[in-house]
Amino acid sequence: MSDLSTLTPYVSVSELPLQGMITLRADLSQKTVATAVKAITGLAMPAPRAILEKGAYGIAWMSHDEVMILCPYAECAAHVATLDKKLAKLHHLALDMSDARAVFEITAPTAGALRDCLAKLMPTDFHPDSLGVGELRRSRVAQAAAAVWLTDPKTAQLFAFRSVKQYVHDLLRVSGAKGGEVGYF
Amino acid sequence: MLLLTCPYCGVSADETELSPGGEAHLKRFGPGSSDEDFEGYLFMRHNQKGVHFERWRHTYGCGKWFLAARCTATLEVFGTYSAQTPEHPKEIIAKIQAKRSDWSLT
Amino acid sequence: MSHRLPQGGRLIDKARTVAFEFNGQKMRGLAGDTLASALLAEDQMLVGRSFKYHRPRGIVASGAEEPNALVGLGRDARFEPNQRVTTTELFEGLEAQSQNHWPSLENDIGVVNNYLARFLPAGFYYKTFIHPRPFWKHVFEPIIRQSAGLGKAPKDRDADRYEHFYANVDLLIIGGGIAGLQAALDAGKQGKRVLLVEQTAHWGGRAPVDGIELGGKSADEWITATLAALGKMKNVTLRTRTMGAGVYDHGYALAYERVTDHAPSVDAPRHRLWRIRAARIITATGAIERPLSFAGNDIPGVMLASALRDYLVNYGVAAGKRIVIATNNDDGYRSALVAKEAGLEVAAVIDPRPDATGDLIEAARSAGIAIKQGIAIAEAQGGKRVTGVKICAQDSDGSTGEVIACDAVGMSGGWSPVVHLWSHCGGKLIWDEAQACFRPDPARPPLSHDGEGFVFVAGAADGHSTAAASLKSAQAAVAAATGQAVKSRLPKVVEPELGALAPIWIMPARAPIQKRAKMWLDFQNDVKVSDVQLAAREGYESVEHTKRYTTLGMATDQGKLSNINGLAVLADALQAQIPAVGTTTFRPPYTPISMGAIAGEARGAVFQPLRRTPIFDWHVEHGADFEPVGQWRRPYCYPRAGEDRHAAVTREINATRGSLGLLDASTLGKIIVKGPDAGRFMDMLYTNMMSTLKPGRCRYGLMCNENGFLMDDGVVARLDEETFLVHTTTGGADHIHAHMEDWLQCEWWDFKVYTANVTERWAQVAVVGPNARKLLEKLGSDTDLSAEALPFMAWTDAKIGGFEARVFRISFSGELSFEIAVPASQGLDFWKSLIEAGAEWNITPYGTEGLHVMRAEKGFIMIGDETDGTVIPQDLGLDWAISKKKEDYLGKRAQARSFMDNPDRWKLVGLEALDGGVLPDGAYVIRAGKNANGQNNVQGRVTSTYYSPTLKRGIAMALIHNGPDRMGEVVNLTDGKGGQIKARICSTIFFDPEGEKQNV
Ligand SMILES: [Zn+2]
Repeated sequence: MSDLSTLTPYVSVSELPLQGMITLRADLSQKTVATAVKAITGLAMPAPRAILEKGAYGIAWMSHDEVMILCPYAECAAHVATLDKKLAKLHHLALDMSDARAVFEITAPTAGALRDCLAKLMPTDFHPDSLGVGELRRSRVAQAAAAVWLTDPKTAQLFAFRSVKQYVHDLLRVSGAKGGEVGYF
Repeated sequence: MLLLTCPYCGVSADETELSPGGEAHLKRFGPGSSDEDFEGYLFMRHNQKGVHFERWRHTYGCGKWFLAARCTATLEVFGTYSAQTPEHPKEIIAKIQAKRSDWSLT
Repeated sequence: MSHRLPQGGRLIDKARTVAFEFNGQKMRGLAGDTLASALLAEDQMLVGRSFKYHRPRGIVASGAEEPNALVGLGRDARFEPNQRVTTTELFEGLEAQSQNHWPSLENDIGVVNNYLARFLPAGFYYKTFIHPRPFWKHVFEPIIRQSAGLGKAPKDRDADRYEHFYANVDLLIIGGGIAGLQAALDAGKQGKRVLLVEQTAHWGGRAPVDGIELGGKSADEWITATLAALGKMKNVTLRTRTMGAGVYDHGYALAYERVTDHAPSVDAPRHRLWRIRAARIITATGAIERPLSFAGNDIPGVMLASALRDYLVNYGVAAGKRIVIATNNDDGYRSALVAKEAGLEVAAVIDPRPDATGDLIEAARSAGIAIKQGIAIAEAQGGKRVTGVKICAQDSDGSTGEVIACDAVGMSGGWSPVVHLWSHCGGKLIWDEAQACFRPDPARPPLSHDGEGFVFVAGAADGHSTAAASLKSAQAAVAAATGQAVKSRLPKVVEPELGALAPIWIMPARAPIQKRAKMWLDFQNDVKVSDVQLAAREGYESVEHTKRYTTLGMATDQGKLSNINGLAVLADALQAQIPAVGTTTFRPPYTPISMGAIAGEARGAVFQPLRRTPIFDWHVEHGADFEPVGQWRRPYCYPRAGEDRHAAVTREINATRGSLGLLDASTLGKIIVKGPDAGRFMDMLYTNMMSTLKPGRCRYGLMCNENGFLMDDGVVARLDEETFLVHTTTGGADHIHAHMEDWLQCEWWDFKVYTANVTERWAQVAVVGPNARKLLEKLGSDTDLSAEALPFMAWTDAKIGGFEARVFRISFSGELSFEIAVPASQGLDFWKSLIEAGAEWNITPYGTEGLHVMRAEKGFIMIGDETDGTVIPQDLGLDWAISKKKEDYLGKRAQARSFMDNPDRWKLVGLEALDGGVLPDGAYVIRAGKNANGQNNVQGRVTSTYYSPTLKRGIAMALIHNGPDRMGEVVNLTDGKGGQIKARICSTIFFDPEGEKQNV
């Protein structure tokens, strides 16, 4: 498609305002880490691949030594400082990464349409048995890195790098354009 | 199009989500090493037709490196394991030998 | 003549006519027709010309195996060549053009090749066009180009959209005949995630055409009931118009869905490529009937017996009024019976088997059909359509015999299982003597990641010729694929018993060369029995070599009809057994798939990711001329009205050196390295000492790989005792981060170090030029930015003009320079405020070219220009940045190897052309004499070359043998046009050698 303007959406895609995102790398099995994270988010350390949320806060498992803390954008610097202070004795890295990424919200009329739209672009198994609500999957969306999770059966959030946000937005528009309903999920 | 399970995420990852990193379990030779040792480290590879121990990175996932034992001829995968494993794991060797009695680590 | 019958046609709707055009002629078909059935209904027997001899060609098959009837479909942006009429569903307004003829289908000048046929035997191209060499380019190639190719490539940009779809299933079943349906039913009941794909628009395959009865119902009724049952299973997905295209490693499979080919007015993706991961795959792909090799078997009107039957039963279309069937097996009699039942005259069934008996033969006999046993077709007669067949004893040379008049011939040489998908990923075949076919060898399946076979076969694809055996094999395939017993009861099948086939590969058996030279094996590529026999005589024993020598099976149908017949003829000529000769390799896709489907969504705006900096939109608004830097788009320069690139770059550099310039440096890689062992790690990464860097200070450093070659460079800032900020080149951010993680995860996992790639978190702007500090002072800073407080190679956090920023006193231009990082989301605002405040100093944004020229004027190296993966820092005179104190760093051992530690290497120097001009990029520095290939000896090459607006002449850097020892020497360089240019070796630093400008 060279002209995106001719497409009518059946899945709506919007870029969300700046989301506070803190990358925390540390030995996640350490109690001090769990305590520090809980103090900020009110949430426990997530299991592998899980993403937990509570109000404006959230926490996502990124790898065995990395989590991503979600919080209001304006609070990031303060929380990073808190983490650095509480984990001063522990080898760790806490960084405000909010500006590095863009977040898209994808809303579909049906749960199946949402999974169909994503499964056109990502090699992930989007079957509900394989990827349920509350699991973050890091993969690629066509040719760019992305992480996606379903906030509810008909809504997904997708994280991508800021530099490719236009590309990712366009991809989702192409994938979610009318006529392209697959009807698989 | 291979399918390898990342031992960190537990995700069965598509080859397009991975980056290959060549042979695993190489011993690094640095300054002071003999020409022969250094040449072996830098250039000599088993280039196996058969079970190959190799490095992969879950680039589009958790970003971690992991190791895999894979037959380059049949593409059978005997296991994937953490990159922080200095020696060829015994359980993987056992698994290979259970299927291929004449196989041994070279 | 071929025509539509008043009765019959299970797939058409007689109430709905569909208008279409063939070669500009208006025609009418019915809803449900394929283009093939509609053309036959209109008596359009001639549909194309063959590739080599431009022989008249008619429709031979009724499905994907069709070799002849290829047309161009549509027009302009929706034109597509080489479409099979047999797999093209008719729609209102369809436009088709036949191809491979000139000037017209009826009168083709290329048919002259036909008369030259004896000059165009197998291997003709190889033998003729090799010598004399110069003839190739000027004579042979233009002629071949003129006559080669089938359809014409489309000229316009494709107007349709395409997409991919990833699906993960337990079981993929390819083929929706009764075997595939039964397999889906059984696997569905097991609760497996099942995807069943069928290439045509209809379920059920051949069973309804063959009049099979299943469970007391007609095949059609059984199919309807089965589909209803499958439709209730949430775990089963059914997909028609979706062809299993390829099977690959570890259960990866491609399926090609033709979403709107049959309804192009629908606004939807035209094709969808399914990228499937299946734990197990069942191929229920059926079988393809083989032609018989008799003289004139390519004349229009001669078609597969099964196709003749398909057109009658499915579309109510008769290929002729007086039919002859030639068959070496019982199935051919089905076609005779169907034709008779449809009211056509069946002149005879020609059966080379002397004494075959069986249910179908008896039925034909009782229907009053003349059966001629032990008889062969000596030749088919006719030009653009068949007019009759001359018959003879099979065991003869065909010289004598009567002629039977007819206008259509159905031929059946037996059935070949469709083993393609089984074979794509390494499944092996066995020769089935009884049915004279290759079928999958269950003992040697393609293997998946668990070491187990992952493809199973059901139905006719497994060599079964009856419905009962097919259904049984479907159940067995499901049980084997899922490892779970299948309990369902199979329907009782009523069908005739079939007798044995006789493997007849040419008819008659002792046909002379004149006849063998008219027996077509490959209809599309014009390969005949005589060609394969010639290849065998000339020593081509390998089937793969014979294929390439004769082009047998190399056409767009990939030998679906010709493969086995060709092999059999070759085996016979070699006096070998067919299995000893073996088959050629089956490669995906099963039939050609569109380029659009392969590209999927990746076109136009989303062809590939385009990385944009936070300031990108401003650059666009201000007329930036962009260049790609990896996936980034960076302004090359900002031309003003009337300026070309050169003028713009010159203006930008003069403004920057004279007053104030601004560069968007956001693409620069930024990586945080933190931990108690960060210093130790940095010392291993860089050739120079980084652990001694003081917090608040910056240091330029070089990174090498273990081979010792320079891979990246940049400025490191120490943020605090435990934390470094590494700047990489624009192209280096991702791979240097990966390189760091590689060493941390795989070698030095005892190091307590974490890294993070923070490149995109920051917008970075270089404020450059003598007035740079004045600009920042004007904006207001909460931190002292004076030379004393913030000297060259220092950094500080500061609030500048209200922006939280980190300021680095580093310079890649040789000017007073501040590189300022602000959060990416504020980058654009920050840039705008700099532009606004800088107006009084004529602030000038400059692009990558200005950056390059200014760094070259200063003799700074650029990764990718001065380096190419074979250059070590020592080559570039960067010994000062290589620590002698460190015991180890990546690349140190390699740099001690004899070739590295060698005074004979090419080393970096400056070059100035004697005439002041700009040297050509990449020009070689010539040494006296010639090498073994008669080329000039070389002693160096230009790595960077620019026009310097500052010096108003050309400047260059070059790697030259012993260069630094040869200052002032004049050398000769290639000018790229056969001539030479003289240039003088000089210092790499052309401007401000003392660094007075940057250090203020
Ligand atoms: Zn992983």
